[in-house]
Amino acid sequence: MTTVTLLYFAGLRERVGRSREEVALAAGTATVASLVQQLRSRDERYGEAFATGANWRVAVNQRMADAGTALASGDEVAFFPPVTGG
Amino acid sequence: MPTVRVQAADFDVGRELESLTRGRKDVGAVASFVGLVRDANDGREIRGMTLEHYPGMTEKALEEICREAHARWKLLDTLVIHRVGPLAPGDRIVLVGVSSAHRGEAFAACEFIMDYLKTRAPFWKREDTAHGSRWVEARSSDDEAAGRW
Repeated sequence: MTTVTLLYFAGLRERVGRSREEVALAAGTATVASLVQQLRSRDERYGEAFATGANWRVAVNQRMADAGTALASGDEVAFFPPVTGG
Repeated sequence: MPTVRVQAADFDVGRELESLTRGRKDVGAVASFVGLVRDANDGREIRGMTLEHYPGMTEKALEEICREAHARWKLLDTLVIHRVGPLAPGDRIVLVGVSSAHRGEAFAACEFIMDYLKTRAPFWKREDTAHGSRWVEARSSDDEAAGRW
């Protein structure tokens, strides 16, 4: 089983209501896109946070990634809104 | 070697920039940028803001941006200090310093680092206004600025 650690930041953390969780990926191809699909179908909060067209960014193991990035067991996957530092 | 720091405390601009030149005779130019908290944004009065970040990734992202600047220009040293936590109008948020033999490289790399920081370093601002607090929306002009390089 592929288990990944999810982190949420800023507005996205508030929308899903938590900052961290461990998730077992559904069987099949493990990519950011399949993970997002899995999260989206969870409940209304996640459905809204990851709705089609929602403006989120993702980092895998602390590097910017995208929907096509493959996931492996133990990966740290962070979801957050577009950044606004500086 | 790039110096990157993420900290809650304020910084002394003069002392930090001096660290780029101390003990060396090959520096001909130091360019710097200081970002500050404004008291207004999008027509609203700003009473303060809180900066959230992604510990671990933030430092890596800033180091990566500095390394990219070193790869693109002939630089002697780079420095980025970014504050996190609660900040008030007038407070310093970020300092970028770049040293090189000639000014052209230092100016360009300083602007490049800021433009990339704005779109690639995981920081998020939450503003406190008279009408409550709100997350700052990313600006498309920042993407365009980063896209120039």
